[in-house]
Amino acid sequence: MAKFEEVGPRSPITESTRVDLVHPRARLGVTIRAIVAIVIVAIMLFPVIWLSLTTIKTRPDSVAVPPKFIPYFPDGFLSDWCMVPQLNKDGTPKLDKEGQPVLKERPICFDVTLEGIVGLFFERRTLTPAQMKQYMDDPNLDWADRILLKRGLLITGPGEFVNRFRNSLIIAGTSTVLAVTFGLLAAYAFSRWDISGKKDFLFFILSTRMLPPVVVTIPIFLMYRQLGIYDTHIGMILLYTVFNLSLSVWLLKGFLDEIPREYEEAALVDGYSRLQAFRKVVLPQAATGIAATTVFCLIFAWNEYAFSLMLTSDIARTAPPSIASTQGAGGFEWAIIATASMLFLIPVVVITFALRQHLLRGVTFGAIRQ
Amino acid sequence: MATIELRQVEKKFGQLHAVKPMDLTIHSGEFVVLLGPSGCGKTTTLRMISGLEAVTGGHIYLDGRDVTWLHPSERDIAFVFQFFALYPHMTVLDNIRFPLQAQRVPRDEAEKRVSEIVKMLQIEHLLHLRPGSLSGGDRQRVALARALVRRPAAFLMDEPLGALDADLRESMRAEIKRLHIANNATTVYVTHDQLEAMALGDRIVVMSAAEIQQVGNPAEVYYKPANLFVARFIGSPGMNLISGRYADGVVYLPGDNRYTVPESWRAPLAQALKDGEVIIGFRPESARITEDGALAARVYASDMHGAFNMIHLALGEESNIVNVRVDRWITYALDTPVRFDIDPEGVRFFDPRSEKALRRGGAQ
Ligand SMILES: Nc1ncnc2c1ncn2[C@@H]1O[C@H](COP(=O)(O)OP(=O)(O)OP(=O)(O)O)[C@@H](O)[C@H]1O
Ligand SMILES: [Mg+2]
Repeated sequence: MAKFEEVGPRSPITESTRVDLVHPRARLGVTIRAIVAIVIVAIMLFPVIWLSLTTIKTRPDSVAVPPKFIPYFPDGFLSDWCMVPQLNKDGTPKLDKEGQPVLKERPICFDVTLEGIVGLFFERRTLTPAQMKQYMDDPNLDWADRILLKRGLLITGPGEFVNRFRNSLIIAGTSTVLAVTFGLLAAYAFSRWDISGKKDFLFFILSTRMLPPVVVTIPIFLMYRQLGIYDTHIGMILLYTVFNLSLSVWLLKGFLDEIPREYEEAALVDGYSRLQAFRKVVLPQAATGIAATTVFCLIFAWNEYAFSLMLTSDIARTAPPSIASTQGAGGFEWAIIATASMLFLIPVVVITFALRQHLLRGVTFGAIRQ
Repeated sequence: MATIELRQVEKKFGQLHAVKPMDLTIHSGEFVVLLGPSGCGKTTTLRMISGLEAVTGGHIYLDGRDVTWLHPSERDIAFVFQFFALYPHMTVLDNIRFPLQAQRVPRDEAEKRVSEIVKMLQIEHLLHLRPGSLSGGDRQRVALARALVRRPAAFLMDEPLGALDADLRESMRAEIKRLHIANNATTVYVTHDQLEAMALGDRIVVMSAAEIQQVGNPAEVYYKPANLFVARFIGSPGMNLISGRYADGVVYLPGDNRYTVPESWRAPLAQALKDGEVIIGFRPESARITEDGALAARVYASDMHGAFNMIHLALGEESNIVNVRVDRWITYALDTPVRFDIDPEGVRFFDPRSEKALRRGGAQ
């Protein structure tokens, strides 16, 4: 076979690329890299996939060894494959007393149950077998009751997760908006004016991030109790805003520094005030930075665990500590924990997805020069 | 249109004196060019007029009104930036409309003005594009449109053609000239390109080292430079300058040359020069190579300029080079000895100590 260096590629190159990148060796390299990337993605996504499978497992299935991967609905989706007819020694299907074939579940299959999902939203109480029988005949049961009743559980009232989730939305959302707003104003001032002691201020702002949050929880706890904002939304919003400010000031300053002053100056001589110029010219061009900062602040406030655990008990408690402390009667309810975690992922995923266009920087930059 | 007056306007950045106290009056409808090398304070001057930079001292008057401490938005001045500063997140149309919105110009009036300007600059087909997708020349037109649409009292332009390539520069220069003739708007234009300054300016303000060196119309600045800096800076190549020694109506030049000073210059020279040291200056086109010329030199090099040839002559040593312009079909072999004359009307004299041009009474 002729060498690539002598005859070149088999088909003409019509895309923009370097010579060494179309060499067969490089092509092979690309394939290998793609495979490695796919493997890494699979490894990264595995916990999420496992989590979503766990939401529809019963408690024994979720801790089964070997682990179970294939969900099926009894008499429905995949059940033909998962339920294997047993054979007699002579190869004929084994039948039970009523003449039905005897089926056995494959070890990697589990049947789908909604008890984890339902359980998340309700308080539950364990029933004795006798009580179970009694309730089974109750005509007032709805579908949710029935699902839990199969497990020997009775719904006694609404669960607390909805409240916790709402607290998370309020606290994380509000603190993110505040942190980005104040951060933007501070960053603009730092970026555009010669403030005396600017570097010291910036360092000081950053220094609030230099020790782990857990270290300061006790003093903050004492202060909050004294001020009467322990276990309040205001207290948590304040705390998360302050914590996020350092990040947002620094991030946004970097983005604002990149916007040439000429744009504002043009707006100023065109008859706009400084504030109007900021709103109409700077803000739209800082969209990328604002989006990125918002996502980072939101992720911090949304996932924060230690402060919430120490500084809230009930009224303002957010989702993370409450997920971790979800316990059923006699052991962890893995399905409930998994469901809570999955729901907990959704808002951040949605917001990141919604802002993805701004996160990919482009459009706004590089237009001042050709 | 408005008159702009600068009275003792100066600017310091810490220790650095970016603009030394300067007086300048720009008349209504005039096109004034600030010309000077990089870092001489042109941009700073312009920014002080617009209010984007606060003055360190002095006063700025717009039509007699003291605007020194007025907010940039209250001065009614349009600024065209070197890199255009078109808002990248707005379409061309929105860019042009933007200043009118600030002034709350009624909608139909605004529409009318925008369409007028757009037609004048022939950018109708660009209105719905974003600046990022325009060519340099089109960006420049949009920037001009954005400035013109306001009908401001004065225009300030900071090297508006600096970012364009040579061809485009020339055509845009013509366009700016045309716009100025059509609108007759008071304009202050900054450039470090003297061809641009000559072509555009009613008057040229030559700046160097944070100071005004000379103010005058293009012909004055070219033929009657006020000092050595202007003589060297204006023209390409600049004025020929040779050091000599004056005595009794004759300047003794390198290479044993003697230049007989025209009658009208003798008195001023005798009066101004203490020890006879003088620098004699003339433009390349004021010298003529002839067989019976008064000055002897040797051809050092020559280059083609298309319409003419430039012959470099060495007077004595090779450090005394003068440029002489000849018709394009005339060429000389290197090292040919030649003789040349200086047109008595084109000759200038400078005092090497003060670096200032000497003046003679009357016609200069
Ligand atoms: N904001 C500033 N802070 C400090 N020094 C400055 C500032 N702006 C300009 N200078 C200095 O002032 C001097 C004059 O600058 P200016 O921009 O006016 O020059 P210029 O004539 O416009 O030059 P160019 O042709 O390079 O644009 C320069 O030495 C420059 O370094
Ligand atoms: Mg400049």
